[in-house]
Amino acid sequence: MSAAQLTLDQAPLEGVADVPVGDVSSAGKRRTRWPLGRILVRGLSLIAFVAFWQVAAQYRLHLGIVTFQNVPAPSEVVPALWNLLQSPKVLDHVLNSLYRVFGGFLGATLAGTILGLWIGRSRWAADLFLPPLEVLRPIPGVAWIPLAILMFPSSEMSMIFITFMGALFPILLNTIHGVGGIDPRLVSTARSLGASRTRLYLEVILPGALPSLVTGLSIGMGTSWFCLVTAEMIAGQYGIGYYTWESYNLQRYADIVVGMLLIGVFGMGSSVLVRKLGDLLTPWYQLKGGRDHE
Amino acid sequence: MSDTHTPNGHIVVRDAVIELGDKKDRFRAVDRISFDIKAGQFVCLLGPSGCGKSTLLGALAGHIPVTGGSLSLGGRAIEGPSSERGLVFQQHTLFPWKRVIDNVAFGLKMKGVAKAERQARALELLRLVGLAGFEHKYPIQLSGGMQQRVEIARVLINQPQVLLMDEPFAALDAQTRWVMQRLLLDVWAKIGTTVVFVTHDIDEALFLADRVLVMSQRPGRIREDIAIPAARPRGDAWVTSDDFIHLKRHCLELMRDEHRRNFAASLGNAGDFAGAFI
Ligand SMILES: Nc1ncnc2c1ncn2[C@@H]1O[C@H](COP(=O)(O)OP(=O)(O)O)[C@@H](O)[C@H]1O
Ligand SMILES: [Mg+2]
Repeated sequence: MSAAQLTLDQAPLEGVADVPVGDVSSAGKRRTRWPLGRILVRGLSLIAFVAFWQVAAQYRLHLGIVTFQNVPAPSEVVPALWNLLQSPKVLDHVLNSLYRVFGGFLGATLAGTILGLWIGRSRWAADLFLPPLEVLRPIPGVAWIPLAILMFPSSEMSMIFITFMGALFPILLNTIHGVGGIDPRLVSTARSLGASRTRLYLEVILPGALPSLVTGLSIGMGTSWFCLVTAEMIAGQYGIGYYTWESYNLQRYADIVVGMLLIGVFGMGSSVLVRKLGDLLTPWYQLKGGRDHE
Repeated sequence: MSDTHTPNGHIVVRDAVIELGDKKDRFRAVDRISFDIKAGQFVCLLGPSGCGKSTLLGALAGHIPVTGGSLSLGGRAIEGPSSERGLVFQQHTLFPWKRVIDNVAFGLKMKGVAKAERQARALELLRLVGLAGFEHKYPIQLSGGMQQRVEIARVLINQPQVLLMDEPFAALDAQTRWVMQRLLLDVWAKIGTTVVFVTHDIDEALFLADRVLVMSQRPGRIREDIAIPAARPRGDAWVTSDDFIHLKRHCLELMRDEHRRNFAASLGNAGDFAGAFI
């Protein structure tokens, strides 16, 4: 590259100039190649799955421990999906769910990051905050549903709280872990280069913990959705989880599957969004090979 | 010599004692060392590994407190880290999340210098260490030698009165080390700061220094203070000269003495026996 040429020219002395190691920038973006054969197998697998589902549902199969008696066939689900997508209700359901998920998730991001950075850096803060957090940690977010309904006058707030609890611990623990993994030499270097205590958080602690924090965010996004759907089934009005459960109550079985599909699509979409944003925030980490996306 | 020459880089070390370790494991790593370094002088601390070179340098940096005696720079006692004493280690400590230019500009950012100005200064220093064109890379994209150049530039941007270097080139391959030694002398000729350079490599010390302080085995003392009178700029002529060979032989003898002494001491102490050969 011309950049390498430049240094050679401008180096204050002639001699063997050391060159950069490999082309690291392309190493981070190593892609798995997909030969036609594998694409074919995977496509066939998907088709076989849908075909089995169609046959099992259509012939109301009994397989001993599981029955397809009331399971809607794909041929019923597709029109139901089409119907919902065309009705104005769909936007209401989706927007309500997104609002709750992102409300709880953003709250958890703020609380988890600030607490995590603080606890990770200060033994005093760890002693002060960790004991109650350790008690609450093993309780899954969905276990909070009854108490949350009692605690918050509006069911909207209680659902947001539940998604908050779902996302808080993955974010908090990953932030603490990230802070713990920061090379102490970087901290003392920053100090001797003149960084004050507050600058240290912004310049060293936060960016140092960021890759781990991003992992926490993407796990937290998953648990947020999980908690939300359950909460909506119990306490909701509108929302995709609510829609799914309501369809069951009204015996619109095809709509149950439509609801499930929407949950899957939006849940995955949110996780992908978080991961992409995380990658944008940690370009140096991507160069290193980055975290492995499953 | 230019305007950045710093007249306050005068180092005075008086009867410095440094003890390390906790309670019953406490031992003396540096034992009543005294020396002066004139402003602008390039001094190498040469000694076998484990003799307390890093400890002494850490004390000069202000990271390690002395147990006795005193250290001062420019007439003021050294009491903790400061950006007027720039420290460079064997393994780089660049911030992986900052681009090269932002790593170099870090010290100025902490001083509140505006972005445009600090980046201009950083570019100047990158040019000085021969890294123009690499300012937008991340540290991980550079080779070991380049990372050390960035490290040096980052320390120099604070216009330190003294540059403290702890075996900065020891992890580099022989050719890169050769390039870096010449680069360092070149940079030093332009800025003229005091340099205290720790090494266990005799050739490196004799090539770089105005003066070599040879340290003894633990507990570290100054065994000999050798002036290197060779003219600058130095090149291949110096490292192949009779004077160089003569000084090198002398240093080798000193170092061998130290090993022998350590070996004799360890005969009475079977546990340390293996350590004598390192
Ligand atoms: N923090 C420490 N605690 C206990 N012993 C230490 C510590 N740091 C260094 N030492 C020991 O002190 C001696 C001097 O170490 P050091 O200054 O690193 O030597 P050098 O840099 O000359 O190789 C060594 O024997 C080393 O094992
Ligand atoms: Mg050392």
